[in-house]
Amino acid sequence: MNETQKTHILRALNKNIRFDGRTLTEFRDVSVERGVSETAEGSARVKIGETEVIAGVKLAIGTPYPDTPNEGGLAVGVELLPLSSPRFELGPPGIEAVELARVADRGVREAKAIDIKKLCITPGEKVWIVSIDICTINDAGNLMDACALASIAALQDTRFPKYDGTELDYRTRTDKKLPLTKLPISVTVHKIGSAFLVDPLPEEEEAAEARLTVATTPDGTLCAMQKGGDTPLKFEEVNAMIDIAMEKAKELRKHI
Amino acid sequence: MTYTKRLDGRKRFDELRPIEAKAGVIRRADGSAYFRIGRTIAYAAVYGPREMHPKYLQNPKGGVLRCNYNMMPFSGAGERVRPGGSRRSKEISMITEKALSSVVDLSDFPNAAVDVFIDLPQCDAGSRCAGICAASIALADAGIAMKDLIPAIAVGRVDDKIVADMDYQEEAYEDGPVADVPIAIVPSTGEITLLQMDGEIPKDMLMEAIQLGIKKCMEIYEIQKKALKDKYKALAEVVEP
Repeated sequence: MNETQKTHILRALNKNIRFDGRTLTEFRDVSVERGVSETAEGSARVKIGETEVIAGVKLAIGTPYPDTPNEGGLAVGVELLPLSSPRFELGPPGIEAVELARVADRGVREAKAIDIKKLCITPGEKVWIVSIDICTINDAGNLMDACALASIAALQDTRFPKYDGTELDYRTRTDKKLPLTKLPISVTVHKIGSAFLVDPLPEEEEAAEARLTVATTPDGTLCAMQKGGDTPLKFEEVNAMIDIAMEKAKELRKHI
Repeated sequence: MTYTKRLDGRKRFDELRPIEAKAGVIRRADGSAYFRIGRTIAYAAVYGPREMHPKYLQNPKGGVLRCNYNMMPFSGAGERVRPGGSRRSKEISMITEKALSSVVDLSDFPNAAVDVFIDLPQCDAGSRCAGICAASIALADAGIAMKDLIPAIAVGRVDDKIVADMDYQEEAYEDGPVADVPIAIVPSTGEITLLQMDGEIPKDMLMEAIQLGIKKCMEIYEIQKKALKDKYKALAEVVEP
């Protein structure tokens, strides 16, 4: 992004004007559709404006880690498909995909969204492994919040496949849901100049100096954060950004 | 033994599963499409003509069509599919390129690449054909010069019957021999641009299956054209309500 464009965005933001006419703390239309992939044990499509991602959950049986013999496993992956943007390329996940996956993972893990003790089948031997994969369909900004929301919605949609103690039958789905508890909602606040805004367009993401992703549980407890961007944040700024994120999380929570 | 009734309840052996096709579903792409046949879903996006990287692959005589077929990690009926491509997905990417390249004219774009990305969120057999159908709609949607669209379908035999568009259950039929024959054609000439076969089939049955495939491709061709027309009709309505 060149300086002229950035100056233009900044000047407009100082007058509270954004590219698409929204206020600084206004999200684009958000939609969550569940059951979008029949092959996944759970799935969801999240659209935030023109941004679109699909998350799918696969369940498998594996061995627990030796230090947590009673706990199931969780793995989150994000695929920034070259299908969804000219800036994504084929190949192993780059740092952007890794960060998106790690932030979504920490939200779920630290909120204790899944009661992983209930994923234990035989202590020390057999546990359920939950894999959430999020694939981007169209990148029009704010993949961070879209990926986090999609992973939660896909977990809610998940039903266990039939398991008789020896064989896992993926083709027969039971009614049994995942043991979900406190579900986190992530909201990312971006700082451009002196303005704080949510749900950025790609141009705004590029112009942003810093961002802060905040995940909160239903009772308003913070469960994960991630600061991004090259510019440092002042204590007061962090304070203000968390307030915005927590306020917007209440709004997004209606979708789960 | 005879195969008397299709396992998924279709009434005829030459009947396709329900198809839904849409053009222009991915805003960031230069052209895109969604193609659903039964429970198999393919998205395709086209980027280009754009600069070809790595540079040593550039062709000064014309642009190069590159296709990439990819199953999303949760798109398989069984275990999670590891992301990052397999030998299978590499091969399908290559045969997809070959199926499409003869109708795509990139002679005006030396050293450029046209990239086609095919991603599937859900697969139930026939995914390479669904990918090719989606890709050709997406290429047309991107405004790439083309002699024709390419429809594709899998035909074959289940026991004594010649069938079109097998789903997974039929491919896995155990009470008799099965053969799977994916084909793609150039509708204006009737030429075949994709032909694979696996299974067991006598030659006369195979020839009959291919003929059925050509006929079924013509049905899909109409659906592909309609998807493109519908997109532009919808745009026209926005301009002149």
